[in-house]
Amino acid sequence: MSQNTETAVQEEIHEIHMHRDDFGSKMGMWLFLFTEVLLFGGLFILYASYRFIYAESFAIAASELDVLMGAVNTVILLTSSLTVVLGIVALQKNNKKLCLFFLWVTIACGILFLVNKYFEWGAKFHHGIYPKGPALQDMGEGEVMYFGLYYVMTGLHGLHIIVGLAFIGFVMWQIKKDVITATNFQKLENSGLYWHLVDIIWIFLFPLFYLIH
Amino acid sequence: MANGTIAVEGKTAEVDFYHVKGKYKGILSWLLTTDHKRIGLMYLSSMTVFFLSAMTLGVLMRLEMLTPGETIMSAQTYNSFFTLHGVIMIFLFIIPGVPAVFGNFILPIQLGAKDVQFPRLNLLSWYLYMIGGGLAIFSLFVGSGIADTGWTFYVPFSIRTTTNVSLTVFAAFVLGFSSILTGLNFLTTIHRLRCPGMTWFRMPLFVWAIYATSWIQVLATPVIGITLLLVILERAFGIGVFDPTLGGDPLLYQHLFWIYSHPAVYIMVLPAMGVVSEIIPTFAKKPIFGYVPIAISSLGIALVGYLVWGHHMFSSGISDTSRVIFSLLTFIVALPSGIKVFNWVATLYKGSIDVTAPMLFTLLFIFIFSIGGLTGLVLGALNTDIFLTDTYFVVGHFHYVMFGGMGLIFFASLHYWFPKMYGKMYNEKVAKVAAYWIGIGFNVLYFPMFIMGYLGMPRRYYDYLPEFQTYHIISTVGSWILVSGILVMVFNLINGIRNGKKTTDNPWGGTTLEWTVPSPPPLENFEEIPTVTTGPYDHTHIHKQEVKN
Repeated sequence: MSQNTETAVQEEIHEIHMHRDDFGSKMGMWLFLFTEVLLFGGLFILYASYRFIYAESFAIAASELDVLMGAVNTVILLTSSLTVVLGIVALQKNNKKLCLFFLWVTIACGILFLVNKYFEWGAKFHHGIYPKGPALQDMGEGEVMYFGLYYVMTGLHGLHIIVGLAFIGFVMWQIKKDVITATNFQKLENSGLYWHLVDIIWIFLFPLFYLIH
Repeated sequence: MANGTIAVEGKTAEVDFYHVKGKYKGILSWLLTTDHKRIGLMYLSSMTVFFLSAMTLGVLMRLEMLTPGETIMSAQTYNSFFTLHGVIMIFLFIIPGVPAVFGNFILPIQLGAKDVQFPRLNLLSWYLYMIGGGLAIFSLFVGSGIADTGWTFYVPFSIRTTTNVSLTVFAAFVLGFSSILTGLNFLTTIHRLRCPGMTWFRMPLFVWAIYATSWIQVLATPVIGITLLLVILERAFGIGVFDPTLGGDPLLYQHLFWIYSHPAVYIMVLPAMGVVSEIIPTFAKKPIFGYVPIAISSLGIALVGYLVWGHHMFSSGISDTSRVIFSLLTFIVALPSGIKVFNWVATLYKGSIDVTAPMLFTLLFIFIFSIGGLTGLVLGALNTDIFLTDTYFVVGHFHYVMFGGMGLIFFASLHYWFPKMYGKMYNEKVAKVAAYWIGIGFNVLYFPMFIMGYLGMPRRYYDYLPEFQTYHIISTVGSWILVSGILVMVFNLINGIRNGKKTTDNPWGGTTLEWTVPSPPPLENFEEIPTVTTGPYDHTHIHKQEVKN
């Protein structure tokens, strides 16, 4: 072996030793998830306060939402969380192809969720139920508040789905290029963590908006 | 050796981080750097610009108050000025100040690390900071000008006014992102990159302070993020959550705003307290008195600081029960701060005190911050607060704790770590004169505000009754003294960077790890990661290295 390659190998070892800290990277991701929880936490506080003030109107407004649609979306999102986990396990077992397959399913679920959401929002808009919309203006203050929060919270959640999809897409690209591998999969795990967070927030949004009457 | 390291003798001279050859040259070697030291210095230079411009706004506002009625600006301009002054000073200087500049430059070295945990994220934080700052300035010139709401953006006025609230608020939102990412970075750095032997209770107290601060940054900032986002959405779509005409409750805005913004005052002052705990043992040549209580009190302040936000709302119409509870909690938060002050003073007791420029600023801080703290108790008590709320008393108190707390310590840190950052020394005599000058100007400027406020002068007006004029004149003259002191200080430091004498690795006799590396440090700080064997303030083997001529 020539000296050059030897130094290169040494540098590479040095590099790995220097920069790779899976535990630290996971810790950073968890801290970031804390911030996300608190971001939504502010909204949940508002929801709780207004639910307390406008309990009856909230119940009436909630009946406008389609429980079936919400339930379908919940199932879709839960499935996508499962496939992300399966994807990580597949990569850990060095099955890159299967991993990518599961991640594709995750992405498909995410997109399906957004499509559903689009139709849900679209139907509401069609009926004039949106901030300053004709139908919503005829309703009481409680309903205005309910739908205001509904649009903000599900909208922000939808935005997180899009970010999550982009994150997973980026990770898939890196898996294809063998940057993320069976022994170096922290980024994939982080994207999975993020996806679970998006999922968990929906688990709270679904009952609060669709189920409680 | 410092922090009790096992010494590595016979170091070869390494190239310092200014002269190291990287991938990029010239300005790009700064703009694309991931070196924590360069990022720290980029924060410093951009922050200096922001600080000086907000200071100018402050001076112009004081000038307006020289005489009753319109002196140099209209009421609308005055409103915009105090908003911009507040937004720049708070979001661009006081909140990021010490962590972004000195946390970045010094913290990894104090931990015995080569960089922060996420160097690229660190650079992203700086870019977000610049974008946020740029947007705030930009909002001055587009549409109908910058917000006139004050830095608190209280609804419903902030959703009614025609000025550029959305853009200004969005700037604050972006700055929040920068703050969160910096906090997250430091937390993981402190958890993961401590050098061998650096146990939690061997960490320098500055690191402890940054640690507590970072938790607040991570856990409180998102709340303001969503609140500000809601203000933007409210203005754009009228969703109703804060708009009373649509059934929203403005009080909820105040709650959410202060849930962040009160802990934020500890983001501002905790790192400064950490710096004080570094400077005092160095110049008293004694180990710090009560290391563990000081470290824990940082966490205590962070924790209790979360629960006192309601004291900003004593006159907003919250229930008596909550007012009493918030008032009580406010008194409790004074305890850990008191612990720190007493420990600092106890460290000075029988110490061999060397009153250098950084020490002078620190002593000034203890004096001024104590006044700020005690007047805080006056405002924390319900009955006096109802009388003094929204008067100049609050303005005085605020500047005594914020400027007197964080601002003066920012100056102290500049003088303390200057030789480490630049490898040169400023003119000590001029620095001391500037410190005294600033101390005098500060008190002349802000002390009359307590009296005015007590006599009933309301804040945030560009006009006042003639009976207050004497106090306003004194205060305005004070602003001139203060500003001239600051300018002398700034020029002295800039001159130091350019023409200062070369300094040694440890000109003060400091005991923490940053004083074991060359000034300025090499790219990766340590040739070999040190191993720490004792606590951070062990003076036994430390010798001040005199400057060789």
